[in-house]
Amino acid sequence: MAHDHHDHDHPHNSELSPIELRVRALESILVEKGYVDPAAVEAIIQTYETEIGPHRGARVVAKAWSDPAFAAWLKEDASAAIASLGYTGRQGEHMVALFNTPDLHNMVVCTLCSCYPWPVLGLPPVWYKSPPYRARAVKEPRAVLAEFGVALPDGKEVRVWDSTAEMRYLVIPERPAGTEGWSEEQLAAIISRDSMIGTAVVTVSA
Amino acid sequence: MSAPEPAPERQPETPFAAPWEAQVFALTVKLHERGVFTWSEWTQVLGAELHAMPDRPYYESWLAALEKIAQGHAVMSEPERLARIAAWDRAAKATPHGQPILLENGAGAGGPSFDFSPV
Repeated sequence: MAHDHHDHDHPHNSELSPIELRVRALESILVEKGYVDPAAVEAIIQTYETEIGPHRGARVVAKAWSDPAFAAWLKEDASAAIASLGYTGRQGEHMVALFNTPDLHNMVVCTLCSCYPWPVLGLPPVWYKSPPYRARAVKEPRAVLAEFGVALPDGKEVRVWDSTAEMRYLVIPERPAGTEGWSEEQLAAIISRDSMIGTAVVTVSA
Repeated sequence: MSAPEPAPERQPETPFAAPWEAQVFALTVKLHERGVFTWSEWTQVLGAELHAMPDRPYYESWLAALEKIAQGHAVMSEPERLARIAAWDRAAKATPHGQPILLENGAGAGGPSFDFSPV
């Protein structure tokens, strides 16, 4: 990687990595040409770092567990039901809610790249974007689930859903026993991100 | 919750591992919102980059895809990109450590900066 001409380089001067140089080059060109506004770029980063995350999906699930009418709406038209909680926007335009049942476990992947329901789960975790998960989730979902510590009964069907640019999925996990009478807030607290991707189940810790 | 053991690697709960990752992510979102490309086109280009070099870090593939799609839509040219990289490199090396790196510092100084655009 070197055309080193460190002719009169001072040890106390700055150095940007090749990646940082590429990013700065790209951004400065886009700003200069008016394609992006630096403040808007910063605002997006802020939003995804602090505001949007799986706590939103957990609220959707908790409400579905508590409110049969909301659950029915979610089944019918997930985008609209989720939007009613104020969770709209990029990569959540066409949402489908996948309800786990005693007979069916749903699990989500994006085999092409990393499509993911941003408005309800934020940005995907590293493992979701990794080649092994993307390749194996479809081929051997049970083995993958086992690695996540999820052991399903043999009779339970596992259905794997491949996300696309157009279609995003939110798994509605089964509500665990022992949570009768819990408030939506209490319920939301036990719903993990992975359970809404389908690589975990929700349990009540003893 | 019985701590799940994610298979490939235990990830931190932050979406970005470095500021530049956040930067390229946000630039992509903004360019898409500007209508420069559709999201399904983006997923194709990103998917191709991920597929071509599966072992490359994820956001490096993302950056490569963004460069490619920006050039594909004539948002910038390759000579323009390379000249700008060189300018930032000069700017960094001309900046004392700890001070903000400004592009202006890589432009002038008699050095060749934007002499790189054969059109």
